[in-house]
Amino acid sequence: MSAHYPALIILIPLLAAFLNTAFVWLDKRLCYPTTVLGLGGSVYFCIRLLLKVVGNGTMAYHVGGWAPPMGIELRVDNLSALVLLLVSVIAFMNIIASRKSINEELTFKSGAFYTIYLLFVTGLLGVVATADLFNLYVLLEITSLSAYALLAMGNQDRAPLASLNYIFLGVVGASFYLLGVGYLYIMTGTLNMADVNSLLPGIAGSSAVMVAFVFCLVGIWIKMGLFPLHTWLPNAYSYAPVSSSRVIAPLMTKVMVYVMIRMMISVFGLDFVFEQISLEGWVVALASVAIISGAVMALAQKDLKKMLAYIIVCEIGYMVGGAWLGNSQGMTGAILHIVNDAIMTFALFLVLGNIVFTRKKTAIKDLRGIFSSMPWTMAGFILVGISIIGVPPTCGFFSKWYLLLGGIEAGASFFVFALVLSSLISAVLVFRVVETAFFSPEDGGHEHEKAALNEAPVSMLVPLGLTGVAIIAVGIWSGYIVQHIILPFIQQGIS
Amino acid sequence: MPDLLTEIVNKYNYWLYIILMMIGLYAMIAKNNLIKKLVGMNIFQTAIILFFISMGYKDNATIPIIMGGHGGEAAHKTIEASQYINPLPHVLMLTAIVVSVATLGVALALIILIYQRYQTLEEDELRMRVKQK
Amino acid sequence: MKQLGLIIVIICGGLLLYATQDFPAWGDPTAPVHTHLSPHFITEGLHETGAPNLVTAVLADYRGYDTMFETVVVFCAGIACILLLRTFVQRTRGREYRHTPTGVVLHIQDPDKDLNNPREFELIDNMWVPHDLIIKTVSRMLIPFIQIFALYVVAHGDFSPGGGFQGGVIFGASLILLALSFDLRSSLRRISEKMLGILSALGVIIYSGIGIACMLLGGNFLDYGRLTAILPVDPDHIRAMGMLGVEIGVGFAVMAVMVIIYTNIASQGRHQQGL
Repeated sequence: MSAHYPALIILIPLLAAFLNTAFVWLDKRLCYPTTVLGLGGSVYFCIRLLLKVVGNGTMAYHVGGWAPPMGIELRVDNLSALVLLLVSVIAFMNIIASRKSINEELTFKSGAFYTIYLLFVTGLLGVVATADLFNLYVLLEITSLSAYALLAMGNQDRAPLASLNYIFLGVVGASFYLLGVGYLYIMTGTLNMADVNSLLPGIAGSSAVMVAFVFCLVGIWIKMGLFPLHTWLPNAYSYAPVSSSRVIAPLMTKVMVYVMIRMMISVFGLDFVFEQISLEGWVVALASVAIISGAVMALAQKDLKKMLAYIIVCEIGYMVGGAWLGNSQGMTGAILHIVNDAIMTFALFLVLGNIVFTRKKTAIKDLRGIFSSMPWTMAGFILVGISIIGVPPTCGFFSKWYLLLGGIEAGASFFVFALVLSSLISAVLVFRVVETAFFSPEDGGHEHEKAALNEAPVSMLVPLGLTGVAIIAVGIWSGYIVQHIILPFIQQGIS
Repeated sequence: MPDLLTEIVNKYNYWLYIILMMIGLYAMIAKNNLIKKLVGMNIFQTAIILFFISMGYKDNATIPIIMGGHGGEAAHKTIEASQYINPLPHVLMLTAIVVSVATLGVALALIILIYQRYQTLEEDELRMRVKQK
Repeated sequence: MKQLGLIIVIICGGLLLYATQDFPAWGDPTAPVHTHLSPHFITEGLHETGAPNLVTAVLADYRGYDTMFETVVVFCAGIACILLLRTFVQRTRGREYRHTPTGVVLHIQDPDKDLNNPREFELIDNMWVPHDLIIKTVSRMLIPFIQIFALYVVAHGDFSPGGGFQGGVIFGASLILLALSFDLRSSLRRISEKMLGILSALGVIIYSGIGIACMLLGGNFLDYGRLTAILPVDPDHIRAMGMLGVEIGVGFAVMAVMVIIYTNIASQGRHQQGL
């Protein structure tokens, strides 16, 4: 049984999605339990898989019984197992927190929503686990299609147009990736990642391989939302219903960062990337510009949703810059930041979801006095805010620390400056919200009356509490994570 | 210059499909009407599909269905790899065609929603009407 | 915007064309594409899988995992169309209907409630023409043959060009022909939305079910060789039987999703009136 874990992780949510569709027309009450069971099963197997991979090493699975490169292979190593666990846990906690808001916003179509949700999670899990370049494209398209549908269900004035713009850019990104894979296929004749890696030294100098790398990279950057290819991101995430953006925002962009690191390390190899291409100076500069522009645009926003979207753009810059710094510290920081940023973004969107559920308005000036009416939610917000600024022992501090060390070691002064500046700007952002929430009185001006407790229901508070605990726990244990999971992966990649 | 010409003559299929791809990409970026952008997207994806299929071609080879395969005799004959073209790009592109049709379906559904709301499909008009809300 | 588009297109096109100088010439049989993986597929494909059509052999057997997710993409597009477009808001004004035997035109508020025998009434809209007898009769005669041809394409996918996707699309096209030549409501009366949804789920469940059955019988996912334990077929042909099973699943799913996408887009989600 344990040999089948990589396939089971993907199959259980997939089967739950299919059964869910049948239940939409047969018996609607079974839809939610099926979804919860599907995601819960996936979480269980991800935990078992992570323990197995950390103990025994990389796990390979030959689908159909055909050995690669004839057939398709699933390959799970330390990094994949970590990201798989992250994806399944966040998706599971989100579905528990979203039940009430889905029932309220989408009463008739909730069954179809759960199906598309499960397909989105299956696509992400498949992207992380696969070791075949074309299979990655197909799973990426499943993820994107479900994301287009999930994001268009919001405010009907603006969500369909935002999603359509996302479709256009997303198709260009995926097609660029496919073109890169095509060029690689013409030069090597194979689609398996490890096989391409072994054939690459012979043809590394050719212009076709370099153009293949550039096109794959640009395609992944479009899907990731790296400045200046991020134009789809703020609109798509702000006008979507909170239950969708709460799962898409933390996961989709981080999984694309994972794909970029996988392409850099396992397909092309760090030698090729840093010696043949030698664009890392430009890429780190671009990442620094992304960080600064994301932070500055977040400062200019008056709506909480858009502010969070621009914070995501800023965080993507951290990860891309860290990965391209060229040293082990930077790469460690980038990988640790995948985990940390997913947790922090999820917590931020949980806070946002609670506010939308109780107050229905998300402009910052509408948050007056919210401290007294929603104390638990705001406590969670302060914890996440501290983590974004980067204060120990929250997790945000540790990944920023590694990124700073890597930047100093590589001599990338612009990147280090951008990191410090964005921390200061995040402090301003967090305190601006805290000030409006705590110190300004409620509309109506009854300062001496305490506002009534109008907190979100328990099903939404428990995931927020668990995520807050995770922020601190991942921070305290980040040394353990780095030493046992991340560093062995990087050592393996370098050798 | 003669080098470039022999290059183009040897690989004219790749040049043709790349130019077609760029026409599609230009339509996606520069056209104003949403349906024209969608058509450009379709041209772009179709050009990539043609690009892949053309790379599987071998001179003097036939389609990848084993001749005389129906029945038992084929199991005893040896099959020459040079007689049949490469089946793998065709398989990959079956998937890519299906993916492009699915994306087209979802994009058309979104365009219907936009038209129901705003009664126009021109992008500059849409931008104006969205701002007025 | 046009200048930006031109600049982007020239840069991308230039990069792509610059890289073609390293490609092997078109049709060259010694290219890496033709010497690395594909000789194995061509020479051993028939022996290992039992299907002379090498494209189907690679599609459904060697790379069956990809094909399963391709079917999931189609399925996802169908459910996405339902999620985005389906509305249950009905018109309040009512429409004109013509009683076919007598030719009388009535204004009816709600056809489902007010009419005893809705088959005798036809909807009058902008495109109504009085004499479409030829279209209706020809479609009614052709549709069964189209469907049989679709089933042939699915079943014969191992031996001639064809397979699950192609057959499923042809079958779906026959149902769309019914919706176009008669009207949308009569096609929905014959195969309802509930049946279409269940069929699409059934198709993908068949595909992954065959894969899971292989897992339960001891092999890896989608390893058809293990199915000899439950199917009375000799081991030479078991893989072809497995491939036929998954192609049937694909056919169901694609057929249902094509009709779902058509009905939702043509009627804008209301399922009242088609094209």
